[in-house]
This record gives sequence, structure tokens and C-alpha cells, in this order.
Amino acid sequence: MNTILSIKDLRKSYAGGFEALKGVSLDIKEGEILALLGPNGAGKTTLISTVCGITTPTSGVVTVGGYDTQSDFRAARQMIGLVPQDIALEPFEKVWNTVRFSRGLFGYGKDNAKIEDILRKLSLWDKRRSSMKELSGGMKRRVLIAKALAHEPRVLFLDEPTAGVDVELRKDMWAIVAELKAAGVTIILTTHYIEEAEAIADRIGVIDKGELLLVQDKETLMSQMGKKQIEVTLNEPIDSIPDSLSDHRLSLNGSGDVLVFTYDTNAERTGITTLLNDVAQAGLVLRDVQTRQSSLEEIFVNLVSGEPE
Amino acid sequence: MNWSAIAAIYRFEMGRFFRTLAQSFLSPVISTTLYFVVFGTAIGSRIQEVEGVPYGAFIVPGLIILSVVMLAISNASFAIYFPKFLGTIYELLSAPVNFIEIVIGYVGAAATKSLFVGLVILVTATFFVDIRIEHPFAMAAFLILTCLSFSLLGFIIGIWASNFEQMSLVPQLVVTPLIFLGGTFYSISMLPPIWQTITLFNPVVYLISGFRWSFYGLADVPIAFSLLAILAFTCGCLAIVGWIFKTGWRIRS
Repeated sequence: MNTILSIKDLRKSYAGGFEALKGVSLDIKEGEILALLGPNGAGKTTLISTVCGITTPTSGVVTVGGYDTQSDFRAARQMIGLVPQDIALEPFEKVWNTVRFSRGLFGYGKDNAKIEDILRKLSLWDKRRSSMKELSGGMKRRVLIAKALAHEPRVLFLDEPTAGVDVELRKDMWAIVAELKAAGVTIILTTHYIEEAEAIADRIGVIDKGELLLVQDKETLMSQMGKKQIEVTLNEPIDSIPDSLSDHRLSLNGSGDVLVFTYDTNAERTGITTLLNDVAQAGLVLRDVQTRQSSLEEIFVNLVSGEPE
Repeated sequence: MNWSAIAAIYRFEMGRFFRTLAQSFLSPVISTTLYFVVFGTAIGSRIQEVEGVPYGAFIVPGLIILSVVMLAISNASFAIYFPKFLGTIYELLSAPVNFIEIVIGYVGAAATKSLFVGLVILVTATFFVDIRIEHPFAMAAFLILTCLSFSLLGFIIGIWASNFEQMSLVPQLVVTPLIFLGGTFYSISMLPPIWQTITLFNPVVYLISGFRWSFYGLADVPIAFSLLAILAFTCGCLAIVGWIFKTGWRIRS
């Protein structure tokens, strides 16, 4: 796949000296979904704002579809759609008018069929004559997406698209993102919800303190950095781990009936066979055995806290 | 040039105006009527004529300038401040538009609205007094330039303001006194000599004088000075707006 968005050594320092971006470099392939994870103040929104032209970069180069966002800003921005983090809409404006405004602003002429298509896809058609103040929070988020899609962008930035929305709407948003991806739109989303990134992203980027800590394929990231655990449920609880099992670095849960064994899926020998043999020889009777892979959330927490894997 | 963006901004702003058309139309009609009742009939009946023009007719150009200037400033400042306040300015900053296109869209709409109100006041005034326009082209030019230049000033105020209080600071504390002391309701020749000299430092004097000249051929200052003053003011505002967008002052971090 071609690179559609290229960020090279992007830096942003504010007047007070705060360095929000410390040389971020990133290539995004056409048609992929990249999720940017990071704690509050990590630089996610600054990165998006700088690429979109809302914030002026201190240094660095950003190209969209080969167009420099500074020297060739018209061509570059025409390819970008942005859904901001905060719901920012004119309260008295009608849905139809505000989407038409967005299309015009990006240099496109009147196209009622296109606007109708966007509104229908986002389940906003019935609300086209409603003003913003009449809409629910979820509907307003859809309007923001409709506005961002009004000029048919090839790259769509979604800044915390599901922040503060209920589970049902979040699932709807994921479905919308999947449809956009199927239509060939490249999507970069920032999120606090790890499960969101886990559910819809192709690649994960982790940003903290203005630095991109890693960008990796989601599956690879989880298999490389993910730890797996075996939870051995015993028939009878025990007070402590028998000495014969001390070499296995086991932990015992609070009720004394589950032994937890953590292992590396990439290791040559995981030690599972030996463990199960030793458990049987220690006279413990098993009721159940379960495996569990560490989630992106745990990986993310480890990364930003600098803890060892 | 992104003409589509200019049209979108202009249409969007005019839409705001048409949503409150009754208010936009009735407000200047009522305020003009009140001015004629108070100044034209109650006070004007004791003044009779100013330099050969009935007092009621004499104040018409000043009334138009007063309303047009205040409306141009409030419309333009609100138009750009409101997106900043709501956060919707993100769309403007991320769109493929440059500052010239943004200014044409917003200032063009604000100037159109104030021009409309100016014409409504002019028509309303004809119901109360006999008005003659000796130099119609000059009148149109002065009116359009006033609408444009003070819309530019309003745009600058809207960019500068960081709260609603600041939005009304310049119009109320600077512009209103200058207009009232700029010969809206009197000829500066009616003032004592020392005040006539001081008044010449008020830029609005040149504006009202030139505009009144286009109606009745009466001017407190030479017409060329009036024209130069309004052109210089427009150029000054354009230069400030250009600098604002070049540096991103108060809009782009």
C-alpha cells in the first residue's frame, strides 16, 4: 500500500516553552486504520491539529498524498477530514445547512445527492431540518462526522470519536469507521479506550510526552509484547504454593483456589508441560485450566509507565 | 481563489441574518422612528434649519452612519468571535482557504447586512422628512465604504476579543462617543471655535461630513479630505487584518 500521510520530525513548542511534540515521525498507509493511544496531554490532539493546519508546527514536514501541508496547503487540506474531540457546532444551524457549508468551505460546489448520501449513511437524513440544539449528543457527533465527510476526504482524523458516548453508540461508530475503511478512507483515530483500538485498528501508535513510543501492527504488537497466562483452578483451595512448585514463579489468588502462571508465547520453551506435571505430582487436583492473553490496555500501561515487559 | 468557500461563508452568515429578518428589519425602523420623534420633532421643532436644511432632514445622513457603523462592527465581530467561542473555528483553520477568502466572506456578509439596514433607515426617513440626494454616486460610495471599513474594524475586534465584554468595549467606549461627537446631530460650525478645532481630530467627522455632502452639498470639511480619511481607514484595517492572518494572532497557536 502507498503512504498517504507522511510526518517527518514534527516538532511543536508553545510560547511558554512547553514542547508538545518532540520530533514525531510517522508514515500512514492508504486505507489503513491507525489508532493513536496516549494519556491526557500526551500530544495526540496537538499532532492532529498540526497535521490539519489548526496549529502551526515549529519544525518538521508533513505531506498528505504527496502535498506539503505548509507550501501546498490547499491540495493537502482538501484530502483531509477532521472530526474534533469537542462537539463544536452552531446551535441554531440546521443539519443540512451545516454539512453544505462544510462542503463549500473545502471548495466543492453544491451537490445535494452527495449530502443526502452522507446523511443517510449516518442515519441523519430524518434530522436534516433539525437545528443542532435539538439533537442528542450522539447525533451531534454524527453531524461532526458528516461535516468531515462532506468534501469526500481520503484521510479522516477522528479525535476521541467515542469520548462520553454510550456503549451502543460506540458500537455504531465502530461500524461507521468500518464502512469508511471499506470505502478506502484512511483513518487516524485517537482514543482513550483501548478496547476501541483493539476492535477496529490495523496499527497502533503509542504517544506519550510528545514522543511516539512505538507504531506497530496490532496483531504483532499483541503477540510480541503480550504476555499469556494460564489460570489453573484447583478442586480444593490451598494455603500456600507447595515448595515443589516454587521454580515456576506461580502466584496464588486471594481465595487460594487459582494458580496463575505467566509465560512468554515467543519463548522456545514455555514450561507449560513441566508445570502441569509438577502440579499433578504435588497432589493437587485440577478443576479447570484457562489461558488469557494480556490486553492492549496492559501493554499500553506498561509502555507509558516504562515498566519492563 | 476558493470562490466556493467565500460563497459558503457569505451564505452561512447571511443565513444567520435571514433567520432573524423581522428583528433585522424592524429594529432599524423603530430606532429611526424614535430618533425622528425625539430629535426631529421634539428638539428639531426649536432648531428649525441648519445651513438651510430642515433639522429633521439634516440629521438623516448622521443617523444612517450611526446605525450602519454600529451594525457593521457588531455583525462582523460576532461573526468571527462566535466560531472562536463555540470552537467551530477549527473547520475554518483546517479548510483550504486563505485569509483573503475568509475576510471577503465574513466582511462581505457583515457589510451587506449593514448596507441593507442603512437603506432601510433611508427609506424610513422619507416617511418623516423630505430628503434630496444631490450626489447619489458619492452617497453610494460613502455608504459602501463605510459598511466595508467598519466591518473590517468589527472583524479585528472579533479576532482580538477573548470574551463578550471585550466585544462591546470598543463600540461602546470608543466608536459611540466618536459618532455622537462627530456631527451626527449638529453641524460643527454650531460649536465654539476651540471645539471646532478639537473636533477635527475625530475621524468620524470626516465620514459624516462627506456623507452629508452627498445629500445636501453641505460639508464641515472638504470632500477630498473625507474621501481620503475613509480610504485611509479602510487601508489601515486591511493592513491589520493581513497581519493578523499572517501571524495567526489570537486564532492559530
